[in-house]
Amino acid sequence: MKKYPLYFIALLCLFWMVSSCRKDIEVFINEDTVVDTVIVDNGFSGFYLLNEGNMGSNKSTLDYFDYSTGTYRRNIYAAINPTVPKELGDVGNDMAIYGSRLYAVINASNKVEVMDAATAKRIGQIEIPNCRYIKFDKGFAYVTSYAGPIEINPDYKQKGFVAKVDTATLAVVAKCIVGYQPDGLEITDGKIYVANSGGYMGAGNTNKYERTVSVIDLATFKEEKRIDVAFNLHHIKADKRGDLWVTSRGDYKQLPSRLYFIDKDLQKVTDTLPVAASNYFLDGDSLYIYSSEWSYITYSNVITYCIVNTSTREVVTRSFITDGTDNEIEIPYGIMVNPVTKDIYVTDAGNYVSPGALYCFSKEGKKKWAVRTGDIPAHFTLLSKG
Amino acid sequence: MLIAFLAFVGMDLYAQRPYVDSARADTGRVRTLRGVTVYTSGYKEVIPSQKLSGETLKSLNSFSVADAIRYFAGVQVKDYGGIGGLKTVDMRSMGTNHMGVFYDGIQLGNAQNGQVDLGKFSMDNIESISLYNGQKSDIFQPAKDYGSSGTIYLRSRRPVFDSSRTTNFKGVFKTGSFGLIDPSVLFERKLSEQVQLSVSGEYIRSSGRYPFRYRRVHHNSKEVAWDTTAIRQNGDINALRIESGLYGNINRGFWNVKAYFYDSEKGIPGAIINNEWMHAQRQWDRNFFLQGSFQKNISSNYDVQVNAKYANDYMHYLSPGPNQIRIDNKFNQQEWYASVAQKYSLSKRIDVNLSTDFQYNTLSSSLAGFVFPKRFTSLVALAGQADLGKVKMQASVLGTFVNERITRGNTATGDSAIAAPAKNEVTPAFFISYKPFPKADFDIRAFYKNIFRMPTFNDLYYTDIGNINLKPEYTHQYNLGFVYHKSRPGSVWSESRMQTDFYFNKVTNKIIAVPKGSGMYRWMMMNIGEVEIKGVDLVTDQAFSLPDGILLNLRLSYTYQKAQDFSGRKNPLLQDVTYGGQISYIPWHSGSLISSILYRSWRLNYSYVYVGERYHVSANIPVNYEQPWYTSDLSASKDFQLRKYRCKISGEVNNVFNQDYEVVLNYPMPKRNYKIILSVEL
Repeated sequence: MKKYPLYFIALLCLFWMVSSCRKDIEVFINEDTVVDTVIVDNGFSGFYLLNEGNMGSNKSTLDYFDYSTGTYRRNIYAAINPTVPKELGDVGNDMAIYGSRLYAVINASNKVEVMDAATAKRIGQIEIPNCRYIKFDKGFAYVTSYAGPIEINPDYKQKGFVAKVDTATLAVVAKCIVGYQPDGLEITDGKIYVANSGGYMGAGNTNKYERTVSVIDLATFKEEKRIDVAFNLHHIKADKRGDLWVTSRGDYKQLPSRLYFIDKDLQKVTDTLPVAASNYFLDGDSLYIYSSEWSYITYSNVITYCIVNTSTREVVTRSFITDGTDNEIEIPYGIMVNPVTKDIYVTDAGNYVSPGALYCFSKEGKKKWAVRTGDIPAHFTLLSKG
Repeated sequence: MLIAFLAFVGMDLYAQRPYVDSARADTGRVRTLRGVTVYTSGYKEVIPSQKLSGETLKSLNSFSVADAIRYFAGVQVKDYGGIGGLKTVDMRSMGTNHMGVFYDGIQLGNAQNGQVDLGKFSMDNIESISLYNGQKSDIFQPAKDYGSSGTIYLRSRRPVFDSSRTTNFKGVFKTGSFGLIDPSVLFERKLSEQVQLSVSGEYIRSSGRYPFRYRRVHHNSKEVAWDTTAIRQNGDINALRIESGLYGNINRGFWNVKAYFYDSEKGIPGAIINNEWMHAQRQWDRNFFLQGSFQKNISSNYDVQVNAKYANDYMHYLSPGPNQIRIDNKFNQQEWYASVAQKYSLSKRIDVNLSTDFQYNTLSSSLAGFVFPKRFTSLVALAGQADLGKVKMQASVLGTFVNERITRGNTATGDSAIAAPAKNEVTPAFFISYKPFPKADFDIRAFYKNIFRMPTFNDLYYTDIGNINLKPEYTHQYNLGFVYHKSRPGSVWSESRMQTDFYFNKVTNKIIAVPKGSGMYRWMMMNIGEVEIKGVDLVTDQAFSLPDGILLNLRLSYTYQKAQDFSGRKNPLLQDVTYGGQISYIPWHSGSLISSILYRSWRLNYSYVYVGERYHVSANIPVNYEQPWYTSDLSASKDFQLRKYRCKISGEVNNVFNQDYEVVLNYPMPKRNYKIILSVEL
């Protein structure tokens, strides 16, 4: 009977052995991998890739691909800015370079992070609640926001706004109320065009989605009219003639996602392309489009890729990934084309809660390389040399 | 003294007692009337079980049931922090929805999301918590009791009266950190020789404010990079609980009726993310249920048990503007439940049981696009048990038949609104135990159980996310273990018990949210997950009788789990990252220690919880790594008599070493905190 105490003590020892202790938690440091060995000077230093991170995870991260070394640098923000509490933030929704600065719109952190474009060193932030997308014009940044005006009203209708930000002072200088849940915006020809989604309104009733593009006069910063397009708009982009390409998400039920063409002179929709469009990238006259739409027949996402010629307004090809890699991609999420090499970059957001992947395809659509990214890799920005 | 001591050790040791016994088992009485209750039951569980009750339960500085459950082996509690914070329990890594929680014998349901927030159940009126892997050993139970992968039974205090008394009164007042004010009262009355009444109420108010700290150091120099301490906001709670029970004895049987009401308003503190440390979401809960049981021995070999319940749960969630999108949703659930169980003894050694249950659930909501589902569930369980001396066996088979209907609710005209197809499932379970040595109290046990959880109403119908084609999510459990007990009356090491179980579980058809379509965080519930769990649970209880009447109790539990995500992925590059990875928030190693020293009317408790390193997703890469955490809690209490009042005062210090930790990513837990409890009994 003397054995039993021994057993107990052995057990205690075992427990202490397996229990490792807490250590000081270090700031994340970037992981670098060489992914491309063929170095070609294409006029760009590299590109940033903003990972959204699932909402509430605070895992929006910044990756950088260096063209001069072919190195993919994953999660650089905390390493470059180690003293920022809670890192970059929650849900990175858009990113752009303007002048010498890199702007990252961090949706759930209710801010636009402003960094030095060359180094990604933090400069400051612009506080905008529920901010979505960003564009620039003449020293001002324009940011869409889902958040509504502060007012006491029992029938509170929460329209969104566009914030006008002085990039010199990083202060919001004016707000222009637009439609419900405004998403993408574009600035061309003295006007700001805002794609209103109404994304929170239409779940029960399709008619409650927004279906307009707000047109704001840049000089007065007042909404001057609405252009009727389709339900639940998302992205908007001007081609080199100043005509606008708008995507609609559809109502996720009967109405499919579609691509619409707004003639800038007529200020109305004059063409609808029979392609679904979740996201796109415009290079010259080539609009690279992918779409993922849920099919209630197959109970899976139907993923399509195509290129539209914005001049002829015709579908040039129904596939720009030609080596079969498209069958691997779970959820395409971000897209970019290098304007010089015409290399195509497509991200896979996977299951949203764990790392995604970045694919680089040659202009022929053959996979050159692929690399693991952060969670929900989404938004690209090319960094010019010098 | 020794007998008294054995008595409360005994309470831990034997989770299974005849009902007559359990009706008498007032733990408060064990303490005050020393040397009265001795358990003679030598019954051995066929099924692995753990129990915390009586003094051991009181020795834990647990505020809610979830806090106490952390001390069980094989269980992980997901705790979002604070008194009002959501706390859910996952048994053997099979997922929260596979756990059945029973309150005074009848299951607490949540057809909407399948989760029971155990943080909502205060320990104030709880007398024992028992946990069973598989199902409860007693075959004489409703069919629902066969219907979960694991079950937790909460039992509230029942009235017990001394021969001379007809009324008991108890008042407790708790206060301490987080602005806690928590008074409770209990009143018990003997209405007649056969019928007793119990009424209890509790009010909880807490600001939920607590300091928390985040700190990071530089990678190379280890110097502080940033170090922030802040106060947790919007974690306040106001809650009221009222319970009342009637307990009656009849000739060769008993009955009880219970009403329960809970009403709360709380803030939802939310995730701490960059630039956003304050949230404004609010939640209101109102839960009411009325339940009754009746049990009677009809003839020498025939017993009948009838159970019934009505529950009405209301939940209101508000996310106010303007900084967030304004969301204002109300949900109302109702449940009607009835069960008849019949046990027939074929011989002294063989019993069979047939239980038939019927349940009806409804859910309505103000949420746009929501359909209003109604679920009809019939359950039939046939079980048998054989006691062949050295070998004991149980086998059961459960038939579950689910039909659903919907009304259009808030769906737009033109939208399809279709109910999920009917489900008919038949699932078996088999348990065996073997006692190899006639003298040693040593049993080997094994079980296999196949069961499933139904997709919840949210899984099936939630606007945009729900998928009516979901199949049930299955678990297969294989368990092999032993239990050993030795008592040495009179010696210093007076009591010891240990149990160890090795298990392999498989979860198939796991319901997982997958990205749907494009952007905007749209999801679809799909049966695509597959998880395999290999684990070991180990529990030991030790009791020492030291000189000078000092008693020392030690309880140690340890869990090892390798819970791997074997869900297939379309993208091989991404599958490499997640396939075979440890699933989210499941540590490889975890354990706990409970110790208490008793000396006359003094009592000193020390308890310790350890949760080892883990990852918050199955991509086991450094950025998803979570540090181990471990907390030590201390408490001291003293009993004293103030005229005819029996009083007890205790003080608690929790998280003694002031560890800054998170159980769930971005949900910081409190630093060191305190509580004082005063209780008066008449």
